[in-house]
This record gives sequence, structure tokens and C-alpha cells, in this order.
Amino acid sequence: MQAIQVFAEHYNYVVTIFLMMAGLYIVIARGNMIKKLIGLSIFQTSVYLLYITPAKIIGGTAPILDPAFKVYSNPLPHVLILTAIVVGVATLALGLALVVRIKEAYGTVDEDEIFAKDGEQ
Amino acid sequence: MTAISAQLPALQVVLPLLGAVLAALMRRGTPAFALTLAISWTLPFISGALLYQTLTGDPISYRLGGWEPPFGIEYRVDVLNAFVLMLVSSVGAVILPFAHRSVASEIDEDKHAWFYCMYLLCLAGLLGIAITGDAFNAFVFLEISSLATYVLIALGRDRRALLSAFQYLIVGTIGATLYVLGVGLIYLVTGTLNMHDLSTRLVEAYAVYPQPVLAGLAFIVVGVGLKLALFPMHVWLPNAYAYAPSVVSAFLAATATKVAVYLLIRFSFGVFGKAVAFPTLTVTDLIVGLSIAAMFVGAAAAVYQTDLKRMLAYSSVSQIGYITLGVGLANQAGLTGGIVHLANHAIMKAALFLALGAAVYRIGTCKLNDLSGIGRRMPLTMTAFAIAGFGLIGTPGTAGFISKWYLALGSLEVGGWPLLLAIVASSMIAVVYVGRVVEVMWFREESPHVKGASEAPLAMLLPILVLAAATVYFGFDTRATAGIATRAAEMLIGGLR
Amino acid sequence: MRFDVVIRVGTKLILPFILLFALYVQLHGDYGPGGGFQAGVIAAGMVILVALTFGIDQAKQVAPQALVQRMVPLGVLIFAGTGLVGMLYGQNFLDYSVLGPVAPSARERGILLVEAGVLVTVSGTMLSMFYAFVERGR
Repeated sequence: MQAIQVFAEHYNYVVTIFLMMAGLYIVIARGNMIKKLIGLSIFQTSVYLLYITPAKIIGGTAPILDPAFKVYSNPLPHVLILTAIVVGVATLALGLALVVRIKEAYGTVDEDEIFAKDGEQ
Repeated sequence: MTAISAQLPALQVVLPLLGAVLAALMRRGTPAFALTLAISWTLPFISGALLYQTLTGDPISYRLGGWEPPFGIEYRVDVLNAFVLMLVSSVGAVILPFAHRSVASEIDEDKHAWFYCMYLLCLAGLLGIAITGDAFNAFVFLEISSLATYVLIALGRDRRALLSAFQYLIVGTIGATLYVLGVGLIYLVTGTLNMHDLSTRLVEAYAVYPQPVLAGLAFIVVGVGLKLALFPMHVWLPNAYAYAPSVVSAFLAATATKVAVYLLIRFSFGVFGKAVAFPTLTVTDLIVGLSIAAMFVGAAAAVYQTDLKRMLAYSSVSQIGYITLGVGLANQAGLTGGIVHLANHAIMKAALFLALGAAVYRIGTCKLNDLSGIGRRMPLTMTAFAIAGFGLIGTPGTAGFISKWYLALGSLEVGGWPLLLAIVASSMIAVVYVGRVVEVMWFREESPHVKGASEAPLAMLLPILVLAAATVYFGFDTRATAGIATRAAEMLIGGLR
Repeated sequence: MRFDVVIRVGTKLILPFILLFALYVQLHGDYGPGGGFQAGVIAAGMVILVALTFGIDQAKQVAPQALVQRMVPLGVLIFAGTGLVGMLYGQNFLDYSVLGPVAPSARERGILLVEAGVLVTVSGTMLSMFYAFVERGR
């Protein structure tokens, strides 16, 4: 019973840890470069969740000063993660662009095949 | 005049950023190069002025947007960052004259302006990491410089450059994400991101929540460790340096990893130092152990390389080991040695990579056997290569000796003779890989590739000679390097609990 | 390419409204959801719709490639330039309070300028990525 309660109270953190491990696993275990980038994105997403979880106050509104509201969410982590998301998108876009170039140069996006091709030289 | 001097911290980052934008707007190589040259030669003067101010007075605090710290982003310059800023901006300036011809021969015409744009963007990012006093802002700059770096590496001629850029992208992003994770944990327990503010608030937070603070430190150390290529997280480095364009290899080897080391020093001593008494933690033993492993594994791998750029890259892994050894020793002499080696290694490695770049420019290859006898064809370049190589070994009379001297003193204080022996033994391996190259370059028959090669053009030769001269100069006059590093180490050690 | 009348006429009808919506999102970004990022993507979406319906050459007449590639640094320049104005008035970098007589509304003015820069950069980036990928394999 207690275990279920702990799980429910820390649900977001459990998801964070799960996403992080899943992302890392994909990055390490998959040879396909597109899949690696997807894993990388999942890995980054887990960190976004870690920042947002404590910043969201239940019943809190956007931090715009108004006499009608007393409870506000913490805006700072949201802004930080907005920045981090932009950085993550830029990284993903650059990664995909590199994969396109790699595909043109090698004819494949699988790491093992690429290593095999470079070994022949 | 005072108005400008108050704005120097912002200008240090804004100038290269603006330059990058303007270079992209120009779209033609030569004007972009002229602009990059003008800006990168202005930057050392700015960082020099900052260094002078911090050496003679208190740390400088600059409020971005006029918002008061810890609420706004603060640029905080003390002796340590000013030293790193000076190092990065000077190396960036000295290397640049080399770039014009080298880039013209190695990169397609229509990409030249983009190359200079990325170079300045990378410089802006690196200077930003060094100058900022905000933990999250450091992440943003880290990613700016990293993204620019991936592009710069991918510009290499070989198709393997693309692959190494991709691998670096994966590893670098994981490193940066782990860093943000660590920053997030300490933000959750302290509610602040300002490094200066963090250092005092962590004391309180550590008493209440010791695990999240330690976990935050662990994530930051591992994340930064990936960026600085601490053994065994170095696997991305040899490929990245080997296939990048020559100028980029020199620039990255001299600056990118160094700034990551700065971040490690800043966090372990500056931010966490007061709360968790960094030198007493087990992580310092771990860092010392990994550093020693890096010193040996990197040097040993360097011995077996036939591609000289790859050899220098492995040697970088080994030399970074010396720097982190100083961090792990965490005493006055050791830390001084680490910080001095930051600068000395940057100077020597830049000289070595540039000398190889000149050889690539003249004969189009940097395989060991193709370079035999090149010393007689390009005597000045290869003399500089040999001098910088002796610096890597740590020969007395070169800058490398100074850093190893301090590291040896620091090791004696902590680990006694075994550590000292490790430093000397790994330097002996450096004798092998440097000596092997020097022997082939000067005493072998000329290879067919070398026939007809002549001395590098003046614009390429001058940066190499300046860096080689600096290697010797800082081996005798240590006021600028060891003097400032001692003060920085005193400040860091003094800030510990 | 087969030209479908419904799609062509529909696209022509909807194009101005997409741009208008982009400007709405842009200018209301300070009170509600929106801002330069979203508006930039919507504005770029308009050109991409032109490309999908009428072909890439038509789209390049709407937004020439040279312009698009210049828009990327230009937006950053607007952003940084806004920051520099504060510096010229003797304040710190990115201090927008010098842009008007009253500090809060002056800061809002600064944010509007910065968002305009973001709009230019984001739509430029989206379009140059789109063009880059369309050019591949042609």
C-alpha cells in the first residue's frame, strides 16, 4: 500500500527517470542514426519534465499580477525550459541535417554499415 | 572612457556575436575574414583590460539588462575567469591569420563566410561560458559553442568528418543535458541560479537535503566531464580533431576543452566548495584515478597513430589528464598546476596543430610516413613543431615544465612518490611519440610527397612561430601564467570551507 | 504536376489570412499565448503552402532564397541591436528602459522589437531549412 502511495506521489519523477533511461538506452543500443536522435530527444525531454514538475502549482495561474489571484505558478523554470526546448530543437535539426549529409556520403544511416564501409578504405 | 570600461564584460561576448551575424550577412569569404580578424584582435584587449581590473581590484559584476543579481543574469569576472577569457581570446586571435589560406584550400568557396560566422559564434559561446555568473546561462552558451563546433567539424574534407561531428553531437548533447539536470537539482533545493548566490545558499541546502546536492554535483561533473573529454569519456575527441579542418582542430584543442575544464573548476570549487568541502569528497580520488588513466592511455594510444592529427588528439586526451589531475589533487600547488597547464597546453597544442596544418596546406597529407624529411623543406615550421612537442614532454625551459613542476609539488603533498612517478612515467611516453615524429621529420629520407614543398607562407608561419616562442617564453617568465594561476588557486582554495 | 482547382483557389483565398494570423500572434504575444517563435513558424508556413500548391519556383518568387538566407542573421541583428541601444545610452546591454520615458512601457517596447527580430529569424530559418531540403535530390 505504501509503495503505491510513494509511486503515486512521485509519479512525475518516476516518468522522468523512465524517459531518461529509455532515451539513453536508445542512444546507446540502436545503430540507426535517426533512432539515436529520437532517443536523444526523449532523454532531453525527461529533463524538461524534471524542471516543470515542481514549478507547476496546482490551482496557480500564470504570473500576471491581478488582485483576483493569490496563487501563481513559478515562471522561471518554464522560461528556462522554453530556452532548453529551443536549444534541443536546434540540436535535433543540426543532427538531422548531418544525417542527411551522411546518407548522401555513405548511402546508409546505420552506424555498423558505415564503420564497415570506412574499414574498407 | 569610463562608460566603455563599464561595458567591457558585455562587449566581450556581444562583439563576436555581432561579428558572427555580420559575417553571415556578408556571404563572401574575404570581407568576412577581414571582419573576423578585426573582431578577434579586439577581444584580447578587452579581456586584457578585464584581467588588469581583476588583478588590481575586486571582481567585476555586470548586470545584464540592468536587473539586479541574483534575479537577473550577472556577468561576474574574477581572476580565474579573466585568465580563461584572456587565454581563449588570445588563442582565437593568434590562430586567425592562419585561417585565411588554410580555409581557402580546405573548404568550398561558398562556405567561407559561414565558416567565419561559425568561428565567431563558437568564440562568443566559449567566452560566454567563461564570463557568465549564471549556471543556466552557462548551459546556453555551452550549446551555442557546441552547435557551432559541430558545424565546424563537419566542414572537414573527409566524409568521416560528418560521422565524427554526428558522434560528437550525440555525446556533447548528453553531456550538456546532464549538466542541466545537475543545475536543475541544485536550483530545486536553493531557488537560485546565480553561481555566487548558489555558493552561499548551498551551505544551508546541503544541511537539509544532502542527497540532491551531491547528486547535482555528480551530474554536473559527469556532464562537464563529457565535454572536456575526461577518460573514459574521451571517445569522441580523436575523430573530431582528426577530421576537422586544420584551423578548427587547433582552435578546438586550444579552447573548447579548456573552457569545459574551467566550468568543472568553477563548479567544484566555486559553487559547491563552501557547502560540501570538495577536496574531502570521494569524487576527487575518482578524478585523480581517471586523470592518471587518461595520462597513460592517451599517451600510449598516441604512440601507435600514423595519422599525426590523430596522434595529437590522443595526446590531448593525455594532457587533459594532467589538467584534471590538478583539479582532483585539490590543493594549492596542484590546482595552480592544473590552471597553468590549461594555458600552457592550449599554447603548445595550438602550435602543433597549426604546424601540421601548414604541412597539410603544402603537401596535402599528415600521415607520418608522407612527412619524412619535411624538416629540411619547411625548417621554420617544423622547428616550431619540435619546440612545442618538447613542451608537451615537459622539457625544462619550456612552458610544459612549469605546469608539471607545480603538479609534481601538488602530488607530493597528497599522494607521495607513486603519483610523482606516474607524472614522470607518462611524460616518458610523450618522449616516445614526440621523438618518433621529430626523428621522421628531420632525419629520414625525403618522401615523394615532400619533394618540392617549400616553407609555409608568412601569414601561416607567423602564428606558428608566435605560439612556439610563447612556449619557450612562458618556460622562463612565469609571472603571467603561474603568477595569475597561483592567485586564482588561492582564491578558490580560500573559498572552501 | 496536376493542378487541382479547389486547392489552388482555396490556397489563394487563405494566404492573406495566414499572414494576418501570424501578425496577430506576433503582436498579442505579450498578453496571451504567442510571440515571435509561433508567428515566425506560421508566416513561414504560408510560403510553404505556396510551395506545396504552386511549386517551389512560385514560392521562391514570394520569398527569394537570398532574402531568406539573409533573414536568419538579420533577426539576430535586430535583437542584438536593440540590446546595444541601451548601451549607447549609457545603460547596460539589453536594458530596454531607455527606449521610452516610462520604464515599464519602454521595456515593453524593447520586447516588441526583440520579438520582431525573433519573427524574422525563425521564419527565415524555417524557410531556409525547407528550401535546403527541397533542393536536395533535384
